[in-house]
Amino acid sequence: MKFNRLGTTGLVASMALLAACATTDEDVVEVIETEPEIVEPVMSELDRAKMELEQNVGNRVFFGYDAYNLTADAQTVLRRQASFLTMPENMDIRVRVAGNCDERGTREYNLALGERRAEAAKAYLVSLGVAPTRISTVSYGKERPLDPASNPQAWAKNRNATTTIVETDMDMM
Amino acid sequence: MVFTWCGSRYESPSFLVRFPLPMLRQVFLAIVLTFLPAVSLAQVEIDITRGRSDPMPIAIPDYLSAEEPELAGDIAKVIRNDLSTSGLLDPIDQQAFIEKLTNINVTPRFADWRVIGARVLLAGEVLDLGDGRVQINTRLWDVVGNQQVASVAYKTPKENWRRAAHKVSDFVYTQLTGESGYFDSRIVYVAETGPKERRDKRLVIMDQDGANPQVLTEGLSYDVLTPRFSPDEQEITYLAFFEDRPAKVYVFNIETGSQREVGEFPGMTFAPRFTPGGDELLISFALNGNSDVAYLNPVSGRLRRLTNNPAIDVSPSMSPDGSRIAFASDRGGSQQIYVMDADGARQQRITFGEGTYGTPVWSPRGDLIAFTRQHRGRFYIGVVAPDGSGERLLTEAYLVEGPTWSPNGRVLAFHREEYPGAPVRLWAIDLTGQNLRRLPTRTEASDPAWSPRLN
Repeated sequence: MKFNRLGTTGLVASMALLAACATTDEDVVEVIETEPEIVEPVMSELDRAKMELEQNVGNRVFFGYDAYNLTADAQTVLRRQASFLTMPENMDIRVRVAGNCDERGTREYNLALGERRAEAAKAYLVSLGVAPTRISTVSYGKERPLDPASNPQAWAKNRNATTTIVETDMDMM
Repeated sequence: MVFTWCGSRYESPSFLVRFPLPMLRQVFLAIVLTFLPAVSLAQVEIDITRGRSDPMPIAIPDYLSAEEPELAGDIAKVIRNDLSTSGLLDPIDQQAFIEKLTNINVTPRFADWRVIGARVLLAGEVLDLGDGRVQINTRLWDVVGNQQVASVAYKTPKENWRRAAHKVSDFVYTQLTGESGYFDSRIVYVAETGPKERRDKRLVIMDQDGANPQVLTEGLSYDVLTPRFSPDEQEITYLAFFEDRPAKVYVFNIETGSQREVGEFPGMTFAPRFTPGGDELLISFALNGNSDVAYLNPVSGRLRRLTNNPAIDVSPSMSPDGSRIAFASDRGGSQQIYVMDADGARQQRITFGEGTYGTPVWSPRGDLIAFTRQHRGRFYIGVVAPDGSGERLLTEAYLVEGPTWSPNGRVLAFHREEYPGAPVRLWAIDLTGQNLRRLPTRTEASDPAWSPRLN
């Protein structure tokens, strides 16, 4: 059916082209009647998991100034991360937890503080049953602010531990 | 006297010359001219330990040269700029000069220089030696005391004239202050480009006066932070910052352009600094949420722990005599500066002020420790004696961080963000707290490290 319609359009187009050649100085505007089919984006299991973590589970927990203790809110998000990571279909997923700081500290101290934050988040995930070998940590210190502004709202956003799914060969499906 | 050093080739003023650069070994000769006796300089002395005092007026005519007049003018320009930025000397406008020098070996008409307000006169000439080298002769005259203070001469390959000019500046500084200068030195720093959320950070080296900037790390997959020179100025240790794994201490060889990770350690290694002997690095290492201070051998990669404390211990810096180490720790609640023996014994807190203290850096003279202090939303650069006495804040801004000492211990360079969101730039200030000035860089810049005095 679709083929036929395309075929018809092709025929009409050829005829129009001939007509165009025959008539001088005349622009032919051709109407194509078929609409290309809408294709759903192809999502790998990995992409689906990343979307789930970022949009539904929550990939980021926040800290107080110069602090690395997990607030009740942070623990709630990490509990959701732990249940996500311990779902049977997600057992192959590995994550990296990155610790971040606001700009109010020296570069070197903030690298250490970011490491503390990442490790605090990791330790909590491990205590909830996620294998430590599935979690790597990294500190970005104050080098990768989420919000480059210099105000309390930006600083609050920038004091975080962010969990990211790591792409490994195993995950390429 | 023969000076040998590894200098970079000084060529076009264009920025971003790609590494590797030819790092030529060149021979540089200095002869102290003795045909006029050096005399006491009691009449022209500058006390650099005092606070605000008016800079001494100095006349520096363009150097004389039959063969190389342009070069002779450029040499005088570099010297004028060096001495002027030091804040100690004030070069007089050449338009005001009365006597026109034609021969530097003839005693000048002192009255002609006194009347325009000069205290000292620097007269020089450039001779083309015909073999690619030039000889640069300089006399420093006390125009009030009517006598020569001292004279000096250098032979150098022509393309190396800038270093010779800086050596003349050091000569003047030494003659007038009694201390060694810092003009013949270089500064390595981190050039910052791109948006604040995702900065590209590359290593750049330049002369102390901002000339000859050269990118040392180009096309690397990681950013470079906190560079520091080895005592022989041939290596730079820095932090390699990765997106996907913990940051690591690297060592970069200036001559070969090669860089390598030091040691194999599961966590992060950071805050590196060479010991004064240059055979070890002092670093911080982080594992399982705790940072401590350690030695890291740059050859074997062996890590030797110095502190073992659940608090954050970072930013070690050794005293020039190798006997003690300053570091920052938050073991007392807030981050403060501590000093310990070279083996980690006798860890003692030396700062007790409000706010936090970080990045202690021992002065090359050994008598002071510079630091970054943070208090009520402002950053400060200050100094304190190793026993904790005499704390003094030199400068403040929204952000000032990472002090580094000039090789003679009289000036501190650091990076500064004047107000929130302002461009990050390199600045310097004298130990007296005077003469705050910006160091010229083409891009935004941070983490300066001043080289030792070049040989």
